Amino acid sequence: MAAPPDPQFVLRGTQSAVHALHFCGGAQGREHQRLLSGSLSGLVHIWSLQTRRAIATLDGHGGQCVIWLQTLPQGPQLLSQGRDLKLCLWDLAEGRNAVVDSVDLESVGFCRGSILARGQQRWMLAVPGRGSDEIQILEMPSKTSVCTLKPEADAKPGMPMCLELRQTDSSPRPRLLAGYEDGSVALWDVSERKVCSRIACHTEPVMGLDFDSQKARGVSGSAEKALAVWSLDEQQALQVRGTHQLTNPGISDVKIRPDRKLLATAGWDHRVRVFHWRTMKPLAVLAFHSAAVHCVAFAADGLLAAGSKDRRISVWSLYPPS
Amino acid sequence: MDPVLSSVRLTVREAVHTLSSSEDGGCIFSTLEFLKRYLGETENPALPAEQEEFARLHFSALLRCLVSKLSPDWLGLLPDGQLEELWASFFLEGPADQAFLVLMEALEDTPGPSFRLMKMARLLARFLKAGRMAAVMEGQCRQQAELAFPLLQEALLVRVVGLPDRLANCLQHENLAEFFPQRYYPLLGEEAVRVLQAVVDSLRGGLDCSVSFVSQVVGKACVYGRQKEILGVLVPRLTALTRGSCLWQRVCWRLVECVPDRAMEAVLTGLVETAPGPHTLSRLLGNLVLKSKKARFVMTQKLLFLQYRHSTPALQSLLGYLAVDSQRRPLLVQALKELMETWGSSSAIRHAPLDQQRYVSRAVLICLAHLADAELQDSRDELLASLMAGVKCRLDSSLPAVRRLGMIVAEVASARIHPEGPPLKFQYEEDELSCELLALAAPQPAADSPSEAGSPVTPDAAETPDKQTEEGGVLQVRPQGSDSELDSDDEFVPYDMSGDQELKSGKAPMYVRDCVEALTTSEDWERWEAALRALEGLVFRNPAATREVSVELAQVLLLLEEKTSVAGFEGLRQRALVAVTATAPAPVAEYLTSQFYAVNYSLRQRMDILDVLALAAQELSRPGRLGSTSPCGSPGPTCPPSCARAPTWRAVVDERIRRKTRRFSQGPPRKGLAGSPNEFNAVAGYFFFPLIQGFDRPLVTFDLLGDDQLVLGRLAHTLGALMYLAVNTTVAVSMGKALLEFVWALRFHGDAYVRRGLLSAVSSVLLSVPAERLLEDLPDELLEARAWLAAPGTIATRRRKARKLSTGRRSQADVWTRWCSHAWDGRPPGPERAGRRPRLCCLHSPEGLRAQLEVPPGPLGTAPTTAP
Repeated sequence: MAAPPDPQFVLRGTQSAVHALHFCGGAQGREHQRLLSGSLSGLVHIWSLQTRRAIATLDGHGGQCVIWLQTLPQGPQLLSQGRDLKLCLWDLAEGRNAVVDSVDLESVGFCRGSILARGQQRWMLAVPGRGSDEIQILEMPSKTSVCTLKPEADAKPGMPMCLELRQTDSSPRPRLLAGYEDGSVALWDVSERKVCSRIACHTEPVMGLDFDSQKARGVSGSAEKALAVWSLDEQQALQVRGTHQLTNPGISDVKIRPDRKLLATAGWDHRVRVFHWRTMKPLAVLAFHSAAVHCVAFAADGLLAAGSKDRRISVWSLYPPS
Repeated sequence: MDPVLSSVRLTVREAVHTLSSSEDGGCIFSTLEFLKRYLGETENPALPAEQEEFARLHFSALLRCLVSKLSPDWLGLLPDGQLEELWASFFLEGPADQAFLVLMEALEDTPGPSFRLMKMARLLARFLKAGRMAAVMEGQCRQQAELAFPLLQEALLVRVVGLPDRLANCLQHENLAEFFPQRYYPLLGEEAVRVLQAVVDSLRGGLDCSVSFVSQVVGKACVYGRQKEILGVLVPRLTALTRGSCLWQRVCWRLVECVPDRAMEAVLTGLVETAPGPHTLSRLLGNLVLKSKKARFVMTQKLLFLQYRHSTPALQSLLGYLAVDSQRRPLLVQALKELMETWGSSSAIRHAPLDQQRYVSRAVLICLAHLADAELQDSRDELLASLMAGVKCRLDSSLPAVRRLGMIVAEVASARIHPEGPPLKFQYEEDELSCELLALAAPQPAADSPSEAGSPVTPDAAETPDKQTEEGGVLQVRPQGSDSELDSDDEFVPYDMSGDQELKSGKAPMYVRDCVEALTTSEDWERWEAALRALEGLVFRNPAATREVSVELAQVLLLLEEKTSVAGFEGLRQRALVAVTATAPAPVAEYLTSQFYAVNYSLRQRMDILDVLALAAQELSRPGRLGSTSPCGSPGPTCPPSCARAPTWRAVVDERIRRKTRRFSQGPPRKGLAGSPNEFNAVAGYFFFPLIQGFDRPLVTFDLLGDDQLVLGRLAHTLGALMYLAVNTTVAVSMGKALLEFVWALRFHGDAYVRRGLLSAVSSVLLSVPAERLLEDLPDELLEARAWLAAPGTIATRRRKARKLSTGRRSQADVWTRWCSHAWDGRPPGPERAGRRPRLCCLHSPEGLRAQLEVPPGPLGTAPTTAP
């Protein structure tokens, strides 16, 4: 059995813990590919994967932790969510780096937002809402509030911890997967504003989830010692498919590779675990970091990046897609 | 006189005369052709009465005459070997028994390698090839019992079975391959089957027949030790033939019954080993054990109690055979009782070899698997009593293998004998033996009997029962395997994930005192565990701090209990204790040795003390110990990393130099080993003397000379080890004296483990005490030890070792004796060798001792006398 792999390279220089990672621009080739990282000190670094240097630093969150980064599909625009209760929209085209718009948030939690592009210029944004258990849906870029998703009075799922907006091929209606503080995952029908299905798959808060629309299967990680794999059937009902026990508790992020072959998890135990997504067979345990891993991200070409509290970003090339 | 008979006699006499005198080939040929009429099979055969008369009275004489004429000239009288062919046809076509006897007789009488001998040997080979041996045996089977001529039959029997030996004697190097036992006995088996076939046919035809001659042949061949060859052929054939034929089964039973008593054991042993399963065995033997006393003795006593070389399948066949038939089941119950009695007898446990104990245990488990609960209930008390006695004796034994055997059998047997009671559960590691025994205990699959019952319908498809169960097992396993095969269809090969351990929080103490505090008071188990893990490294890095708290720390560690299940707790604790003892040897050794004879300790703790003392002594006497840093201490804040790195750096450079340098000198490169004082020298007394003093004073809870012989054995081994490690120290002589006295006091101890420890102690005295001092200072003790070792012992090991010691003092290249000879000659052994310090591989086993002894024990350049 081969010895555990080493990272392809390591990016240092964020000066504080890394909390968000996002790949962009991979479609034009490696030289245009960028890795964006958001740090505890509120800075967003843009890394060139060719020179492996930071080419720009964005400071827009007043020193507060950046917890979510996302580029919009229609152009070089970046969305960053910080714990200063602001969500900034950056224009990165032609070397610019200016905040063009911002949304004021009303939740102080750690819940990351999610977007769903609905046309050339319109997209939908899901963010935690004003009430502690609410989720707000906004129509962007007009920032009009579409609706607020509030669980039924007797449900008490606690705060939303992670969000995933999806639109499946079968139905045009947008759906929202939300992981809650009580360890449950709920599927919202956004237009009807009601919960289609809800499963309790963890006993601890859900820290991250990802969904594979093609296989209608998703995975969620929580503060406990297990990953849960669940699936969505024709009737839009969630079902737990199985749990996968881990050595140490605490998963802060899960990501499925775009080709749906691999699953990577960021662990509080300093390790990144890689699984075969179809079978959930463990493939590798990447023990490089010396502190909790906060986020993982996959590039379109299969590159894996992990950001950790030890201020380093490790980049791995595992099982390259053919 | 009957005219017919006299005419035959006349003809034969004339013919013999012609043969012996005539030189005319044609005349001889026609005479022989004429005589062939009496053998039948020609166009105008002689009258039956004439044929019979010829065969009965004149055939042997004629054959002898023919043999005597055999020579190259005589055969050359007619061209193309016509005469030879005709000559041979008399042997091949006439009555087989006479032909065979005459041939064998002639072969044995003919001297040396000669034309005639080889011709006859080839003829005999043809005789065998033509299947005439079957005719020989068949002839004996057809004879009515009263007509049989016992002397002739005996002669025939001896020659049929002993043919390979006789032929080998006659032909020496010219022997033909057909007569090798490996080929002859299988052929004999084939022939026997053919005879039996003929017997069965004639029985079907209403003719009376006897198989006793075949039985005798088989029996004698088995007595000659040829079971594998002859039964290897017979059994499979008979298995097939008896399937579904009552007549064949009866013939087969009769065949075994007729085996003479003296050959019964050999035949039955062979059958049990060759038969593929109990059902086959049952078909071949029938209820033989009920009919024949000898057979019952062999099957229920000899094979079970007096021998233990048989394989497990053979044992299963044997006991399964007893279990198959209801009439035989009482025998099985009886056998189980006796087996349990043997299993539980303390004297058997002490004196029987381990292999035999395993064998008996296997037999017990197989019996239990065969017997039903109701049958067990009848003799339950008896069985339980033996079981408990056996378990107790075994658990008391100081040999781990015996203890494990006791645990395994106790678990299984108690579950069967006493099912309603609470199940016994021992903690033992799974290994090959335990798996095998547990598999034996599982009840035999019921599929056996239906397959047997169904076999007459489809004899070709039916397999032997054992094979079927094996196949069944494979089939059951396969579906589980197929799952993983489906999984592995992708190209992703997992990386090594063995490093994926549970994460420990970083709470490890940084100071030795913190460790002591954490171990004694901490309720935070993570901290407690981290302290335990960090302790060894800390002790080695901070010797001064350790010395301040050494005794306190040793006390804490000695009394430490495993409160949470920490992986490798025992090892961690032991290593930490060894580190403390090695750092502050005098006070800690004093403390530990005093605690060894203190009241409130468990045996485990006392044995830990012994282990720790021996390991610490080894650590102290390790050459170059001061130069290198601790083996497992990771460089921490108190230790600059460079000091730990230096040796590896040097090793790398040395290796590079060695690779790139060509040396012109002969022999291996000599390495100068840096000398350093043996640290054990100063403190050996603290380790040794307190330990050896109190062994004969029993405490309430601890009696070394009584029940706690395991600890006594350990003590003897440890003392030996300490003695061995004290080589070239100044106290070695007085230690040796004390140790020899200790050995003398215990020399007749009943436990093998203790005696083994004593032997190791004696050998380490011989190794460690300088030869001249040995003879000068302790001659009396030495003589006593020699008297003990040379005395005719009852235990094989002792005798063996004693022989080694006493016989080959000067000559043998054996280390033992070399050292003895050094001791007796008073010659100092090899002063030119330097730098080897003793190393203990394993302190408490004879292997360890042997390993020690294999190390050429050179005196130390680092001894106190020569130390810088």
